[in-house]
Amino acid sequence: MLSMQSISKIYRTDVVQTHALRDFSLEVKEGEFVAVMGPSGSGKTTFLNIAGLLESFDHGTYMLDGEDVSHLDDDGRSRIRNERIGFIFQSFNLIPDLNVFDNVDVPLRYRGFNAAERGRRIQEALEVVGLASRMKHLPSQLSGGQQQRVAIARALAGDPRILFADEPTGNLDSLMARQVLDMLEGINSKGTTIVMVTHDPELARRAHRSVHVLDGQVMDLKAVPDSKRDAATAKA
Amino acid sequence: MFLYNLRLAFLSLKRDPILTALMIGAVAIGIGMSTTTLAVYHAMSNNPIEDKGNQLYAVQLDSWGANQAYNDPDEPPTQVTFRDGQALMKAAKAKDQNLTFTTSFTVQTDKPDMKPDLAQGRATYRDFFAMFHPPFEYGGPWSKEADDGAQQVAVLSHEYNEKLFGDVNSVGKEIVLNNRRFQIVGVLKHWAPSPKFYDLENDQFGDPEDVFVPLNLVSPMQLHVNGNNSCWGPPGDNSFQGHLDSECVWLQFWAELPTTADRDAYHDFLDGYVQEQKKLGRFPRPLNNRLNDVPQWLAYNHVVSKDSEALVGLSFMFLAVCMLNTIGLILAKFLRRSGEIGLRRAVGASKAALFRQYLVETGVIGVSGGLLGVLLGWAGLIGVRHLINDSDHYAHLDWTMVGVSLLLAILASMLAGLYPAWRVVRIPPAIYLKVQ
Repeated sequence: MLSMQSISKIYRTDVVQTHALRDFSLEVKEGEFVAVMGPSGSGKTTFLNIAGLLESFDHGTYMLDGEDVSHLDDDGRSRIRNERIGFIFQSFNLIPDLNVFDNVDVPLRYRGFNAAERGRRIQEALEVVGLASRMKHLPSQLSGGQQQRVAIARALAGDPRILFADEPTGNLDSLMARQVLDMLEGINSKGTTIVMVTHDPELARRAHRSVHVLDGQVMDLKAVPDSKRDAATAKA
Repeated sequence: MFLYNLRLAFLSLKRDPILTALMIGAVAIGIGMSTTTLAVYHAMSNNPIEDKGNQLYAVQLDSWGANQAYNDPDEPPTQVTFRDGQALMKAAKAKDQNLTFTTSFTVQTDKPDMKPDLAQGRATYRDFFAMFHPPFEYGGPWSKEADDGAQQVAVLSHEYNEKLFGDVNSVGKEIVLNNRRFQIVGVLKHWAPSPKFYDLENDQFGDPEDVFVPLNLVSPMQLHVNGNNSCWGPPGDNSFQGHLDSECVWLQFWAELPTTADRDAYHDFLDGYVQEQKKLGRFPRPLNNRLNDVPQWLAYNHVVSKDSEALVGLSFMFLAVCMLNTIGLILAKFLRRSGEIGLRRAVGASKAALFRQYLVETGVIGVSGGLLGVLLGWAGLIGVRHLINDSDHYAHLDWTMVGVSLLLAILASMLAGLYPAWRVVRIPPAIYLKVQ
């Protein structure tokens, strides 16, 4: 599903160069739930931005869903983000003026679906996250956990092949965090690949495997025991 | 997608009401100023007879004295003498031709309680109506026999008919002009060509006259000109006939010449006429006859003043300053929504899609500012009418100007929005998402 080979990314200013990623290689198989861990400044967000085609990189090759996306132009990257990728952010990134329905509608608007198709997808996605009854609510009228569920619905509505989650529970209390994580496990169990950036070891343990990033490089790969993975799948 | 973008634009404008008001206000003030000056310019430079303005020619004959031109450096008079005008009428070399001048009448009707009224009059030939197309409400022009026989017939303007008789068909009724009874043969509909092209010598933006009568009544009634009368020498003896035979210019002469060949032929005819007159000791100056069609005639007479042109230029500079301010405000507004921009880019909006979204938003600002600007422009024109006497005919707003102002506002706003929109869509989405 995701294959990065020797990716490097350097941020340059007039006086300094920062190697955010260096010789970064990672394989994620279809249907996997991978946690990417590391301390602040280790490069995990840069990895996620590059993996989600939000940023370009300097060297290396990147295959996503069987397609070489290393040299895609901006329109091509936008199209793939729209059709194959879902994003979940720590701060939800809901648009405050739009109600729940319209927030979930945002990616679908750029997909060219007609109104009926968009309505059906939004309804389904909101049912998955249990917020179908809150369609007309504004984000400010929802709790943090509910807002993150709306963000998950927005990510799911386009039926993506892979979900990128950046500290998805970082702004939530433990109860809400558990609900969101349960939801992600459920989504993964239905076949959607998930790559989650976190520095919380508890969350990482819910993934199939975790990847540690330090100084812009993958340090090791830790497989989660099969029993854990099976338990997570059964729960969903 | 346009309706979606329109909805987003309204939501966005609602989100920052103060910033929105500042942007719309900046556009409105610039557009209001431009609308005021443009409306005046537009009305002044209007071709009041578009359908045949290029076929009607004002005739100039240089009958002026030998020592000095009528106007420097070598401009011929803008009116003609009575004798030359009558000669050109008699020659009838054009498809239609018309000699005309403005006069005044004391007017009475058969109503016993009516006090005598002073009316603006125009003595002319019947071709005036065929050439200049004033629309008739009742009746029509007088006959050729009335012209030839100097019959006492009259055509009234819509407004004057209403003043004398109310809103009724007065054709067939009689009025008394300068103590002579006239039969009314026609009543015009409202007709107010602006500028009053057929007589730019007298009140360029004034109303047309109240009463029209055959020009051949000039001698029997001793009709005096009520407008500009210029002479380069003594007007002969002091008799009325002496005035008619003098070299004073006080009448307008128009010829209808449908083709350029007609115009060239008529110009040759005028030159021939002047050469003949030179043999009689008249026209001491070199041949200098002119034919100007209506647009040329308006320009020749500087109907659009230099001041008006300068004001339009200044107002556009002011609009530019307003739009520069608007650019800054739009940029600030767009950058405040960086999180939304990053999110939309992340979920698949292309740069072009976002660019269109923001241009629609600036278009909404333009329309709003334009509508408010038109209102300000309208208020400005009311101010002009209060400040400048007799400016009613050019200090007004027509639908064309409303459309032009709105279009200008939309174009200016979208131009102002180009840079901010281009700037925000170019920033990589990851940057926006980080700052959330």
